[in-house]
Parts: sequence; structure tokens; C-alpha cells
Amino acid sequence: MNTRAKEITTALRPALLLLVVMTVLTGILYPLLVAGIARVLFPAQAAGSLVTVNGRVVGSGLIGQAFTDPGHFWSRPSASTPQPYNGTASGGSNLGPLNPALLDAVKARIQALRAADPGNLAPVPVDLVTASASGLDPDISVAAADYQAARVARVRGLPLKQVQALIARRTAGRLLAVLGEPRVNVLELNLALDALK
Amino acid sequence: MNAAASTLIAGFLLLVLLCVKPVGLYMANVFDAQSVWPRRAGAPLERWIYRLCGIDPSVEMGWKQYAMALLMFNVLGALAVYALQRAQPWLPLNPQKFPNLSADSAFNTAVSFITNTNWQGYSGESAMSYLTQMAGLAVQNFLSAATGIVVAIALIRGLARHTAATIGNFWVDVTRATLYVLLPLALVLAVVLASQGVIQNFSSYKDVATVEALTYQQPKADAAGNPLKDAAGNPVMETLTTHTQTLPMGPIASQESIKELGTNGGGFLNANSAHPFENPNALTNLLEMLAILIIPAGLTYTFGRMVGDTRQGWAVLAAMGILFVTLLMVTVHSEQQGNPLIAQLGVDQAASPTQAGGNMEGKETRFGIAASALFATITTATSCGAVNGMHDSFTPLGGLVPLFQMQLGEVVFGGVGTGIYSMLIFAIVGVFIAGLMIGRTPEYLGKKIEAFEMKMSSIAILVMPFIVLTGTAVAVSVDAGKAGVANPGAHGFSEILYAFSSAGNNNGSAFAGISANTPFYNVALALTMWLGRFWPIVAVLAVAGSLAAKKRIPVSEGTMPTHGVTFVILLIGTVLLVGALTFVPALALGPIVEHVMLWKTP
Repeated sequence: MNTRAKEITTALRPALLLLVVMTVLTGILYPLLVAGIARVLFPAQAAGSLVTVNGRVVGSGLIGQAFTDPGHFWSRPSASTPQPYNGTASGGSNLGPLNPALLDAVKARIQALRAADPGNLAPVPVDLVTASASGLDPDISVAAADYQAARVARVRGLPLKQVQALIARRTAGRLLAVLGEPRVNVLELNLALDALK
Repeated sequence: MNAAASTLIAGFLLLVLLCVKPVGLYMANVFDAQSVWPRRAGAPLERWIYRLCGIDPSVEMGWKQYAMALLMFNVLGALAVYALQRAQPWLPLNPQKFPNLSADSAFNTAVSFITNTNWQGYSGESAMSYLTQMAGLAVQNFLSAATGIVVAIALIRGLARHTAATIGNFWVDVTRATLYVLLPLALVLAVVLASQGVIQNFSSYKDVATVEALTYQQPKADAAGNPLKDAAGNPVMETLTTHTQTLPMGPIASQESIKELGTNGGGFLNANSAHPFENPNALTNLLEMLAILIIPAGLTYTFGRMVGDTRQGWAVLAAMGILFVTLLMVTVHSEQQGNPLIAQLGVDQAASPTQAGGNMEGKETRFGIAASALFATITTATSCGAVNGMHDSFTPLGGLVPLFQMQLGEVVFGGVGTGIYSMLIFAIVGVFIAGLMIGRTPEYLGKKIEAFEMKMSSIAILVMPFIVLTGTAVAVSVDAGKAGVANPGAHGFSEILYAFSSAGNNNGSAFAGISANTPFYNVALALTMWLGRFWPIVAVLAVAGSLAAKKRIPVSEGTMPTHGVTFVILLIGTVLLVGALTFVPALALGPIVEHVMLWKTP
């Protein structure tokens, strides 16, 4: 018998058994251990950081939702299909910078924003007209919230100052002044807005 | 670059640098020393594993035997991942009742995960059961990473030993890499990630009642599930209203941590580390970036330590670091500049205290430009391939950097193990070139570099460009290849070039617009991944075996020092020369021409 065939057979047994042992260790015991620890120490986070209003789960604090009512702050555009903010189909548009489809989409989004707020001629903050990477971005930039403040105030019949104060209260800054970007969680901002009445 | 971005980048690089010595020293001890405390603590478990598997840890292997064991272990791993995907409807932990994956998709994914590539033709949250993710994909996240590490250790032993017939015991090395390096780090990171909101549960997907009702259109299908067409051949759309959002669930934290630490990169969910359940905030983003880099960076110190001269390791790290920082600046600057065509539409892309600005298509608000560009550079400098933004929507030059880093052969830090062993192969080629220039026999770390090492090193380096460029050429020539392209023009070519560069270098990130879950791409990319992984590994092990057998020649006046500035420049030069000469023509057809078109004066 040639030596190559012998080498294969001698390697087969440890290869198979070690694969089984490692599968049990890293594929079963390890995730179970993490789940156990997370359930004890961080039960809310491990379950999806769910947000409850009056006993009803209305979403996750980490996952964005679609808002089209002019009286709410709008989230960023979402490229998920068939509907935006589809939790089971995360992803971006993957449109390249020169793709005419990208430019058409941005134009349509600008038009929709302007149609809902005809008096507002300020340049539109870029995150409000570009699709996020996940399709589930929970945040908008502070600029994007400020841009919408007058519209929301007008539709709701609230003083602009009050809406701006609400944005300021809901703004998350940079961690340690370095990490992340200043942002506003849209679901939490809108829930706070709805709670005003 | 604004102050916050500069501080983030400088602080991050400092953190990585601080980790290099402790992590590297620890790994050197795991593979070289008996006395390190985790090995003492784990000794009973280790002994039990060896007894159960019939492994004699005291017997070392020659390079051929080592390579055979490695290949056998990986082939069986691929079969296991394939079987789990094909059998998942009949197995437990499948609360969404996902059907089995098609044969070509399952084959692609199996090869993808054992080769440490984690190219994903499927979409995690709508295809894979929890069991497949945990016991198939995540297991290979550990084992493929361990495989990479042990090949590096074997090569380092080849350099460190002399007149030796063996380079270690593969089973023992893989077991130790998993038990003492990957598993403890993954466990700690997983718990920290879970504290920040990365989910970890086994529930079925959760329906929540959204604040607003959502009206949308989708193509209408007949009873058999085929899309309906009207008389003109356009799809018939139906309008639906929903008040529900379905949130994916699953054991994500445990998989997320090893996905980064093992430079695997395969996300539990389709959007990968851009998904808030995988990467919920700036802190998790920082930790994930750090996790990707610490093992590849630390291995440079392990190398220096094991060959008895830590300056050798720092020299290699310096070469990697210089390439990394240079390329990072290109990405950050290019993404922050934004898209001139969008600016013309009356959009504000300027960075300010209230917004990140720049090119935000395919990026998350919480990460903005700096942390997205940094992540993209890290994930392609290493062979990780996790993404927190969509590379397909990057600016042309911002997307060129990830592409080019992969095409350099994943040596700018590189994958766990693959980075250092590929870089050492370039070092061998570098000293050979230097030897030719000054007319001396080339040597590296006291080992004469001769014809056999040069042949094997050339094979290890050249197989990748060969398969990447051939694969790209075939794909752009056949209809099955062109059909997958999502973007028109030069960008469409870039998508194909990126796919094969990613597969051939076992990175796994994508210009994700490409529709690659087709029989053509599943098979072509699987072959590319397989060859790109194991062909170089066998060549590297051959070099290791050959070097181990050599005598050590004493340092003389004619020895070229391999720890100084000259050597660092030589190493960078070798990497750039090979990479640039091979790939610049292809890059010119893709991102470079796209850049010119984007910025041309109207």
C-alpha cells in the first residue's frame, strides 16, 4: 500500500473525533453559556432591547421604523424590500456613486421632504436622503432632526421651541467625546412627541 | 479630517499598539511554554480531548504529515457544514422553519466558512437555522481561524528551529489555538457585546406593533408563487398595509465575537456589522474593530518572540502599519468628500457638529464617516470581511482601498495567521531580491534561502493573482457572470473584480449589489476560495519544513539585518511591487476610471 493512502487513514480518526469535540465545545456549549450569562446579567439587551408603551411592545430601541406622517420625525430612507424597515431583510441599496438610480432616488426623497414642508428651502442633510447600510438605521443626525423640527411643530400645532427642546433632550452625544456621531433615535423621539398630548 | 475623526483614529491605533505585546507574548507562551497558567488550568481538558481522539501529543509531524492532517480536518469540516445546511429542516433549533439550502449555495457556504472567507451568498436572517449558524458556521469561525494560526506557528517554528525534521503536531496546535486563544477571548467579548445590546437568545422572530401603519407595494404572485405579469410584461404590483415589524432573533453575540476575533466576517444577519443587533453603538464598533486586529497584530510579536529577536516582529509590524495608515487616509478623505453629484441636488454633505456629512449612502448614522471608513479599511487590511457600511456604495477611491488591500494578498495585518505567514513569505522574497542586488546568498533569520524555498514562495504568492484575474476574466466573458451585476458601467466590473479578489484572498466582504447566489458564482467563487486558501498553505508548510531542516548560519558582516528601516522599506516595496504590477491594469478599468468620471468637470 502506498504511504499517501496510509497517511490519509491515520489522519482520519483524529480529524473526525476532534471535529466532533470542537463542535460540541464551540458550537453548542459556548453559545449556551453566553446565552445563560446574558440572560442573567442583561436580560433586556439579550432579548432585543424591546420598547414597551402601555404594556404593548412597539418596537426595539435599536431597530428603526418607517415614519411617513408629517407630524412625526421621518427616519432615514431604507433599501430593504418589499417594504422599508423590513426586519427580516436587512441590507443597503448597494447603488454605486454614479448610478442614475441613486441620483433619481435622492431627487425623489428631496421632493417628498419639500412637498411636506414647502417653506423649508434649507439644504437637506445628507443622511435624510441616503439609504442606510442596514436598512434599519434607528437614528438620524441632529441636523436631520433640526431640519424637520419646523414641519413637525407646524403639523402638531406645537411651539417650535418645544420641539427643538425635545430634540436636544433626545440627542445622544459622542461617547468620551470621541466615539460615534451625535444622533437622535427616531422611534424614541416620536414616542416622546406622542406622549406630549 | 475633523478633530473627532483624527482623535478616533489616533486613539484606536494606540489601543492596537498597546495590545500587540501582551497578546503576542501570550500566544507565544500558549504554543511554546508549558508554564503559562491557562495551559496548566486547561491541561485536564486537553488530556481528555487527546485521549478521546486518539492523539499522542508528544509526537511531532513533518510538514507533509502536518499538511495532510490540516487538509483532512478541513475537508471533514466542510462536509459537516454542508450537511447541516442541507438537513436543517429536520434538525432542531429552526424556529422559523427555514427549508434546506440549495446544493450549490450550501457548497459555496461550506467552502466559504472552512477557508476563513465567510463570503455569503445567502441572507442570514431568512435562510439559516440557529443550529446551522451555531454548530456549523460559528464552529468553523473558530476552527478556520485556528487553522490559520497554526500554519503561522508552523512557519515560525521552521524559522526558529534548525536541523529539525518536524514542525509541530497539528492536532495539538489546533486544540491549543482554540482552547487558549480564541475561546476565552470570544467568551469575554460576547458578554461585553451582549451588555450593549447584541442579542443572544433562541426565541422565534418577534412581531412588534409599529407606531405608524406602513403602506407599500410588492410584486403580486400567483398561487404557485410565480410573479404575475400584465399584458405588457410588467410585474403586477399589489398594495399592502402592515402594522407589524418582524424582528430577527438568535444567538448573535456568541457568533459576533468570534466572527471578528477570527477575522472570519460572516454576519449572523445580512447587513452584518451594520445591523444594530450585531453592532448597536460606537463602543461595540470600537471593540469589534479592535477584536479584528489584535490577533493578526499580536502574531507579529509572537513571531519575534519565538525566533528569539522581538525586533524582527516589530519590523514586520512597522511595514504593515505604514501601509495601513497610508491607505486609511485615502478612504477617510474620499468618503468625507462625499458625492459631487448628490451635492448638486441641494444636499448638505459638509461635516458639522450636528452631522457627519460626506458619502452617507450605505452607512449608519451612529458610525458616520470616520468609524465606517476605519472599519472598512480594517476589515480588508485583515481578511475579516465583516462590514459596518456597504462598500458597494463607497466613493470610487474609498472602494478602491478595500479592493487593493485584498489584492496585496492580505498582508496588511492580514487574517489570523494568514497575515503573518503571507508577510513572512514576502520577507523571504524580499531578502532574495536584496541578495540578488548585492550579490550574496540570501538568508533570513540565519536560514539560507535556496531554490526550493523560492519556488514554494513564488507559488504561495502567485496562485492568488492567477485565480483572481482568471476568474474575473471568465465572469465578464460569460452571460452567467454578467447577469449578476447590479450597477452599470465601470462599477459593475468592479463588483465582479471585488468578488473574485475577496474570494481568492479569503476576505469575504463584497460589493454586495452583485447577485452571487447563482450556480455560476457559487461554484466559481467556491473554487477560488478553496485554491486561494489551501494552495498557499501547503506551499507555506513546505517552506516551514525545509527551513526547519536547515542549519543556522551565524551572523556575519555580510548578513543583511532584517529588523531595520532598510528592511521595512524593502518589505513594503516587495509587497507593493508584486501587488501593483499585477492588479493596477484591472483597477484602472474599475474604480480609477469611475473616479475620473465622477469628478470630471461638467
